[in-house]
Order: sequence, then structure tokens, then C-alpha cells
Amino acid sequence: MNSIPIEYYLILSAFMFSIGVTGVLIRRNAIVVFMSIELMLNSANLTLVAFSSYLGNPIGQVFVFFVMTVAAAEAAVGLAIIIAIFRNKLTVNIDEINIFKW
Amino acid sequence: MPQTTNEYLLILPFLVLSAGIIVSLCVELFFRKGKELLPYLSIALFLIVAYLSVGQIYEKNVLFGGMLITGGIPAIFNLLFAAAGVLVMLNSIGFLKKYGFYHGEFYLLTQLSVLGMMLMAGSGDLVTVFLGLELMSIPFYVLVGMNRKKVSANEAAMKYFLLGAFATGFIVYGIALIYGIMGNTSLIDLTENFYIYSENIIFITGFILILIGFSFKIAAFPFHMWVPDVYQGAATNVTGLMSTMGKSAAFSVIFILLTAVFMNDAGSKLGNYFAVIATLSMLYGSIVALSQNNLKRMLAYSSISHAGYMAIGLAAGNKAALAGIMFYLAAYTFMNLGAFGIISIIEGEEDKQTDLNSYAGLAKRFPFLAGMMALIMFALAGIPPMAGFFGKYYVFISAIQSNMTWLALVGILSSVISVYFYLRVVVYMYFKEPGEEISVKSDYSAYAAVIFAGILILSLGLFPDTFLSVIEYIISV
Repeated sequence: MNSIPIEYYLILSAFMFSIGVTGVLIRRNAIVVFMSIELMLNSANLTLVAFSSYLGNPIGQVFVFFVMTVAAAEAAVGLAIIIAIFRNKLTVNIDEINIFKW
Repeated sequence: MPQTTNEYLLILPFLVLSAGIIVSLCVELFFRKGKELLPYLSIALFLIVAYLSVGQIYEKNVLFGGMLITGGIPAIFNLLFAAAGVLVMLNSIGFLKKYGFYHGEFYLLTQLSVLGMMLMAGSGDLVTVFLGLELMSIPFYVLVGMNRKKVSANEAAMKYFLLGAFATGFIVYGIALIYGIMGNTSLIDLTENFYIYSENIIFITGFILILIGFSFKIAAFPFHMWVPDVYQGAATNVTGLMSTMGKSAAFSVIFILLTAVFMNDAGSKLGNYFAVIATLSMLYGSIVALSQNNLKRMLAYSSISHAGYMAIGLAAGNKAALAGIMFYLAAYTFMNLGAFGIISIIEGEEDKQTDLNSYAGLAKRFPFLAGMMALIMFALAGIPPMAGFFGKYYVFISAIQSNMTWLALVGILSSVISVYFYLRVVVYMYFKEPGEEISVKSDYSAYAAVIFAGILILSLGLFPDTFLSVIEYIISV
């Protein structure tokens, strides 16, 4: 049985990463921006796992566990921050959160 | 493995700090008066870390199969983090009580972030880099937004969080690509075979993605958008913490990634990337700072331009640059901590007294504070006997050695522009009539922090060789 070539994984993950970056840059809802960031992290995870299976060494898979753990911690803090701002301003739209200007 | 016990002795600074974090957590949790005790506990911890790190400066060790490096440059960075941590703690004792976010967690989170920075500076593997980075950044997000009833703090925290996590995404994807080419994540392998790997397009893409991620963290120009808002919105002592130590930690990782370049005195293709970043950051930071009236915001733009000066050294990429940037980072850390210390003493409720107008005639009301502020502003502007001058001098010299004289000239031009907005503060303090009365609560520990910062700035400026010769010795070994 032939396995899927590594290039397919890399192209898919590069595509996911680009979607994530675009999402961060053009979306205006803080939650959606945050989801796009998670997509970037997951594309990196996919790359790591693909390389790990291609190279036949486990370092990449171990790294993915670290990334997932850290992403969970980051999500906890990030959602708490977004809730805090929603309580004060009743919006999570980035364009309306603009006290600071130069 | 006869080395095993020895390895645990060598990571004693990390172990002490980790144990201290757990003890602090318990103290905060179980004692009602615990948070009165925590700042002193933190200061004691940082002093122990500093003491242990001083002992390690001259012995470099690679531990745990290349995961962690102690001694040498990491030890100097640990010393810097510990000293800066003590200053931040001294500054915070009175400040937290004054402005109504008096929570014991502040100390805990600061200790955690310092542990993360130490991991970053000592990392020998991309896994350690990533974990250290997140251990530093996540407490920073919380610290910025800790005053959760204040809208400006919320906004700052959200901007910092979203852009910080965005940068993390770049770094992780870059690490994934590098891992695919190298087959491992060891930075020692990366350093040894850097010039072989850098022929590979995927490796260079990954490497540049990582550098972009860290350019966010050092607040260099195209990636600076969060800096002014976050520095202004965060509590002043937190701003001091992340503008100095966060930037130093990010630089420490860039040093480790570029060790091959620095040690060969060879420069690299990446020199152009840093030259562009340096030019844009210096000029943008200096020019926009001219129009700022809020002192915290002005220092934020000045921080962008300082990142630019340090990036000159990265572009030059030789041993002199490495020593120069380390000196610059130490000088910058103490200058900024002193400046933010004074701002935190003077500012009132709701940050009303951070405008330049609040500083009008300060010399008549608070001659001591005005004198220290003037000293720090001269140092930031780079007037000769102060630390800031030698930082810039060494970095510019390294650029000239690498045939990048034009970059040094841009740096000098930008310094000349920056003299205007630094000295404007001095002019306001000494030559303007006092405006409306400002209320300042006396706070002796914060005064102590400012005095220590001033002493360190002066001693770095008057005896630059002492510090520099240590660094140069370590690099040459």
C-alpha cells in the first residue's frame, strides 16, 4: 500500500497557514481572529507530524504535544481576556475597540 | 551517566525559581497577609538566582542531551533578568496598592515570566525556545490585562494577546519547517551546519518565519503595531517589565539562532533583512515619537527605535556586534526601568498624570525626581558619560567593521532626531512654570528602584570596559 507523498501534506499545511494569516489580517471579530491563529498553529502541527512520519523519528510528534498543551493554555488566557473586554464594552469587534490613537 | 547529579546542580537557578513559584502560590493561597510578604520573597528569589548565575559565568555547560545550556551568555542574561526583576519588584510594592489592582498573582506571574526568559536565554533546542517563549508570553498577557475593570487595560491585553499569539504561529510554523530539513530540533546542530542548511530554500523560509515572530517580540518596525497601545494601556510597572526584559529575552533567542553568523564574523544573507528592519525601526520610532505628548507612549516609540539600533548589530553580525548588543540591552533595561519607575511614581489615578504637562516645573516640586528623570533622558538620548552612549557606540562600530557604514550613519541621524523629544522632557521639567497641582504619593521602595537604576546607568556608562571585557572574554572562549 502506497502512503500519501509528503508534498501533499506540506501543500495542505501551507494552505492552512495562509488561510490563518489572511483570517487574522482581514477578520474583525476577536473570536474569529483567535480561531484563525489556532488554524495557524494546527497547520504547523500538521507539518510537524507529516515530517515526523516521513523522517521516521518521533521528535516532531513530541513537539506537537507541547504545541497543543501551550495552545490550550493560550486559549484559556485569551478567551478570559476577550470576556473581560466584552464585559466592559459589550463588543468584541476590533474596529470598535479603539481608545488608543496617535 | 556520572554527570546526572551534576546536571541538577547546574540548573539550580531554574530549580530555585521554580520552587519559589510554588512556595509563592501557597503563600498567596493560605495566608491572608501573604501578599505583603510576596514582593520580598520575589526579591530574595531573584537575588539568589543572580548569585547562582554569577558563579556560572565562566563555565559553559550543555545539559540534558543538548536541551539546555548554562553558563556563558545565558548566565549573563540570567543576571540581567534577575537584576531587572528586583527593580520591577521594588517598584511594584507601593504601586500596586496605589492603583487598586493589589493582587498577589502579580508577583507569581512575574516570577513565572522570568523563569520563561531564563529558559529562552539558556535554550539549546527549539523545543526549549518554544516553551520558554510561551512561559514568558502567557504571564505577560495576563499581567497586561490584570486590571480588568479598566477598559484601556483590557484593550491593551487583547491587542497584545492577539498579536503575540499571531507571532507564536509564525514561530511554530518556522520551527516545523526547520525540523523537516534538519531531522531534529537541536540548535547545536543548527549552529554547526548553518551554512550547509541555509542553501535549502525551505530551511531559510522557516528561519525567516522564526525571525519574523521574534521581530514582533523585540518590537521592530513592520511588526510594531501593538507596541504603543500596549505600553500605554498596561500598568506602568508591567510596561517596564515587558519593554525591557521581554525584549532582552527575544534578543537572547535571536543570538542563539544566529550564533553561527556571529562566531564566523561572516555576516549572512540575513544581514539585509536586519538592515531593512533596523533602518525602518530607527527612523519610524524617532520621527513618530516627536509628536507624542504622553510620556508612556513616547517611550514606546523610543523603544521601537532602540530595537532598531540593536538590529544594526544583528545586521553587522560579528563578534563585536554581539558584545555591543549585550551591552546595549543591559543599558536599555536599566534606563527604561528607571524611566518607567519615575512615571509610576508621578502618575495618578487613571493615568491622568502621564502627559508632558504634568511634568512642567517638576524640578521645583520634586528636585530629586526631576534630576533622575533628566539623567535617564540624557542616557536614552545617548549623551556621552551615560550608558546609552556606549551602547550605541559599540553597535555603530560593529556596523562599520562589517562595511555597513551607511547603516551607522542612519543610526546617528536617528539619534540626533531623538535628542529632541528626550530633551523636551527635560525642558518641561526645568524651564516651564508648574501647571495645575499634581498629587504624588510618596513611595520609598519605588524611589529605591529609581536610585538603583540610576547607579547602574552611571556605572555602566563610566566603566563600560568592565562589563564589556567579561562579555568579550566569554565570546572568545
